Amino acid sequence: MTHHDKKGAGRFEPRIVAFFCNWCTYTAADLAGVSRLKYAPNTRVIRVMCSGRVDPQFVLDAFSRGADGVLLGGCHPGDCHYAEGNYKTLRRMRLLERMLKDMGVSDGRFRLEWISGAEGEKVKTVVNDMVAKVRALGPLDLPGKFKDWDSELEGLARSVHASSKEAAHVR
Amino acid sequence: MNYLYYPGCSLKGTGRAYDESLKAVCRALGITLSEVPDWNCCGATAYMSVEETRAHALAARNLSLADAAAADKGLKRDIIAPCSACYLVLAKTLHALDEQIETRVLVERALKAGGLDMPKAGLQVRHPLDVLVNDVGLAAISAKVKSPLKGLKLAPYYGCQLVRPYAAFDDQAHPVTMDRLMAASGAECVDFPLKTRCCGGSLTGTVPDAGLRLAYIILKEAKKRGAHAVVTVCPLCQFNLDGYQDKIAAEFEEVAMPVLYFTQVLGLALGLSERELGIQRGIVPAEPALAGRR
Amino acid sequence: MKSASNGSGPKIGFYICHCGTNIAGTIDVEAVREHAAKLPGVAVSKGYKYMCSDPGQEMIAQDIRAQGLERLVVAACSPNLHEETFRKAAAKGGLNPFFFQMVNIREHASWVHEDKAAATQKAEDQVRAAIHRVRFHKALEKKRVPVHPDVMVVGGGIAGIHAALTAANAGKKVILVEREATIGGHMALFDKTFPTLDCSACILTPKMSAVKGHPNITLWAYSEVTKVEGYVGNFKVTVKRKPRYVKEDLCVGCDACIDACVFKEAKFPDEFNQGLSKRKPVYLSFPQATPKVVTIDPKTCIQLKTGKCKMTCAAACDRKAIDFGQKEESKEVPVGAIILTTGFDAFDPKRHEYYGYGRYPNVYSALEVERLVNASGPTGGDVVLRDGRRPEAIGIIHCVGSRDEHTNKWCSRVCCMYSLKLAHLLKERTGAQVYNFYIDMRTPGKTFEEFYDRLLKEGVQFVRGRVAEVNDWAMTREEEGRLVIRVEDTLAGFVRRIPVDMVVLSQGLEARKDALDVRRIFNIGCGSDGFFQERHPKLAPVSTFADGIFIAGACQGPKDIPDTVAQAGAAAAEALALVDAGHVEMEPNTSRVVEEECSGCKSCVPLCPYSAITFDEAKKKASINEILCKGCGVCAAACPSGSIRQNLFEDDEIFGEIEGVLS
Repeated sequence: MTHHDKKGAGRFEPRIVAFFCNWCTYTAADLAGVSRLKYAPNTRVIRVMCSGRVDPQFVLDAFSRGADGVLLGGCHPGDCHYAEGNYKTLRRMRLLERMLKDMGVSDGRFRLEWISGAEGEKVKTVVNDMVAKVRALGPLDLPGKFKDWDSELEGLARSVHASSKEAAHVR
Repeated sequence: MNYLYYPGCSLKGTGRAYDESLKAVCRALGITLSEVPDWNCCGATAYMSVEETRAHALAARNLSLADAAAADKGLKRDIIAPCSACYLVLAKTLHALDEQIETRVLVERALKAGGLDMPKAGLQVRHPLDVLVNDVGLAAISAKVKSPLKGLKLAPYYGCQLVRPYAAFDDQAHPVTMDRLMAASGAECVDFPLKTRCCGGSLTGTVPDAGLRLAYIILKEAKKRGAHAVVTVCPLCQFNLDGYQDKIAAEFEEVAMPVLYFTQVLGLALGLSERELGIQRGIVPAEPALAGRR
Repeated sequence: MKSASNGSGPKIGFYICHCGTNIAGTIDVEAVREHAAKLPGVAVSKGYKYMCSDPGQEMIAQDIRAQGLERLVVAACSPNLHEETFRKAAAKGGLNPFFFQMVNIREHASWVHEDKAAATQKAEDQVRAAIHRVRFHKALEKKRVPVHPDVMVVGGGIAGIHAALTAANAGKKVILVEREATIGGHMALFDKTFPTLDCSACILTPKMSAVKGHPNITLWAYSEVTKVEGYVGNFKVTVKRKPRYVKEDLCVGCDACIDACVFKEAKFPDEFNQGLSKRKPVYLSFPQATPKVVTIDPKTCIQLKTGKCKMTCAAACDRKAIDFGQKEESKEVPVGAIILTTGFDAFDPKRHEYYGYGRYPNVYSALEVERLVNASGPTGGDVVLRDGRRPEAIGIIHCVGSRDEHTNKWCSRVCCMYSLKLAHLLKERTGAQVYNFYIDMRTPGKTFEEFYDRLLKEGVQFVRGRVAEVNDWAMTREEEGRLVIRVEDTLAGFVRRIPVDMVVLSQGLEARKDALDVRRIFNIGCGSDGFFQERHPKLAPVSTFADGIFIAGACQGPKDIPDTVAQAGAAAAEALALVDAGHVEMEPNTSRVVEEECSGCKSCVPLCPYSAITFDEAKKKASINEILCKGCGVCAAACPSGSIRQNLFEDDEIFGEIEGVLS
């Protein structure tokens, strides 16, 4: 344990925001707890009634506030507590995935998983796998990038301002 | 189709009929066998239990030679090993080289000392039964059957090593590949729950009381179930079952049960002659059982 | 994006539960408490050993009153367990119960992480999220919806029979739906029941006729539920009534048609007798079948197959009950609660081919033996083997399809006991030497161990070991012509070969083959073992995640008759509590449209699976029917103008949570 800690010290620990639907994946995570399974402590769970409640903006907001990964867990196709909410999730998230790629958020930082209430074991494997993969990708740090972009823009604005002044002077 | 061929010691000795019939069947089905050059003992018998790493090195030399030959001649990297013991030991060594780092390092050193390279990933050890049924296919074989063995009842006997511990192509307790191949030859297989029971193995020599008894049970049950012959895939099984029937008769009862290789039965169905297939080499004569069946 | 940060706001009370050492053993609860105390808006931050206990709840209620707390956050176990508890505590203190947010730091943190620092960090992050979120909470009220007073029971085995009678005796109208031609289920197959050895028929058939005669029970046998709509208290159930080709109201089960059938001899396997006897295409499952109405099997009846039969059966019926023109009917009924008692399937012993079932005629499944020893079975209780012999030695193999990595991992709970029962009956009927091959003897029930002891005294043999195989080849003369059981006797420490004449495979219990389809119809869950999932294993054992749908008996997991009946009673009581209340309180997590913001784009309308969203053409605005809405929030996520709000899951609440977790 201590050996592991020493080895782990200084290692990048990704922060993963997880949206879990109440009926399947949240219950599965409860089951993982009741079964005392052990998995990586990097997820922070936000409970929603249905994965279909997850607005793509929630995912974007999580990334923009510093999440290194976002995990969305819903019921298996055909098993949605609300009949078909997860199909809507799937459609939305496929589109979002394309958008994220265009925005430079690499594959693997956003993940959609179907985990039924009986699959405590799957919560463990999915979380561990995702943490390992996101750790390998390194920090995303969008807030830091926003700051850089802002100062870049400010610099650009300043130079534009300066050069236009200069131009006015010449004229 | 071409394959590397590792006959092993038995097929050059007591199991000559297996070597002859396998080659004849392969010829008839258009399979080319290229014998691994300068092959040595597979490492079976007691060696594996006494000195595992060295036994692996012995087997690995064969694998290395086979791999080199395949690269040299541009052959498919599948080695056909008809003897169950060779088949198992070669496969076991492949697994060990893949899974046990220590064995891999030691074997690599040994091979290097002999000027050989480690066999590369993708090299496979195959049993001819697997190749015939799964590569050639039953449909292709059926199409070439010239004289189906109508009315011949066989007890399909697989022995232990073919399916244990690696059930590479069939069920561990109730294999059926040979049953299907025999059916394609027109013969009928009796229900034989002793398919993978012990034939006596080396006990026939070392503890004859126990060994003979095991062989006897297999033969007696085959007879009880109406089989005309036992058909097998392994030279040691064949030898134990065929070679000790006089002693069995003295100890228990007369069984008079011919024991054939599956390649011999298939060869007959393909229209090959009994001579070509080494039928005459059996100690218990098979000719009466086969007479009039083709 | 809306910002969730807000300096001044409502006064928040934060409480962290130690749960004994369940939480405090892994999470530094004091550090989390201190962390929360420093967060803006937090007026009270306290820890307690058991927050859900009375003193814990009282502390919260008092603080709300004394300190004027306006929001409540509790970090403890899963909200699925105690959300309602703390909502009540809030209400007790005079706070709207929805000004509360729960943080799960037990199931989701202390129980699943070993690294204490990391688990504590996680708890702090999640607590911060809840504190950020709770500021946005709104006062809500649970709506009350009237409940339909009728109850439906699905499955007419002993569980369904007992549940139906209990509810009907309480004055409720009950509809009992059974798939087979008769009710009775597996229990009707048995001769005796363990450990009392009382006659199964003697205790079951009176209950079956009570069902038939009960003024409050409508029995729909030979029927299946195909669709369930609606919600707790107000289900609309569609039931398919399969044609029997016999008018149920006219038939008296007199057998005249069976005698008259053009098949002079019965020639089709009798399902009720596990195929050990034959029946005709027109049949009555057994003499006490309920309803006592014959059934014509369309797969074997010549008239139904070809339309070219003399129909001697119809001619023989003086009540003119036979009707080859009968069609499948579909009925829709409203009910307030549903109890599922669909039972189990016995493990198919063919899957363990090394036990020879299906290959050796004298290898029997336990269910077959139940019929074979049954006084009203195919042999009248005379134990005669398939080859006509009487067994001199019998081997009963336990755990066939139980406690096995390759098939079913679970213990089926009843097999040890029914094997003992069969051992007793077989010994009594045949005088044979009877061997039991077991892994462990499991007899944890009232007077079960005493029964085991009785069997030991009766001279039944017990061999501890998992049987390797059953075969028919002989090692010795004694074994010739018999079945041989090969087993490692783990008490004696060697491998034995025991020759017998009859082998009984004690099949385990597993979920019904169509449990997955059935569960979809009723919108409930199955565990990884395939059995229906209860809402909570200890505290809600007959409830499901679908409110108003209850489960009882072996559909929830293997169990014996006493446990099944007890559970059926419990399920009936839960259903009665629901329908007797006259109304249900619905979780107020429904969605609503903020009219001023609705652009009238209609994106939401087709998204709702419950058709709760309609479009007002006059106003050009969408509107949501609160009663029909089930609260998934799909529409809220899809609304382009953000004008749909889901109560308890509003955008700013969730954004608040995201900000909190990452700040």
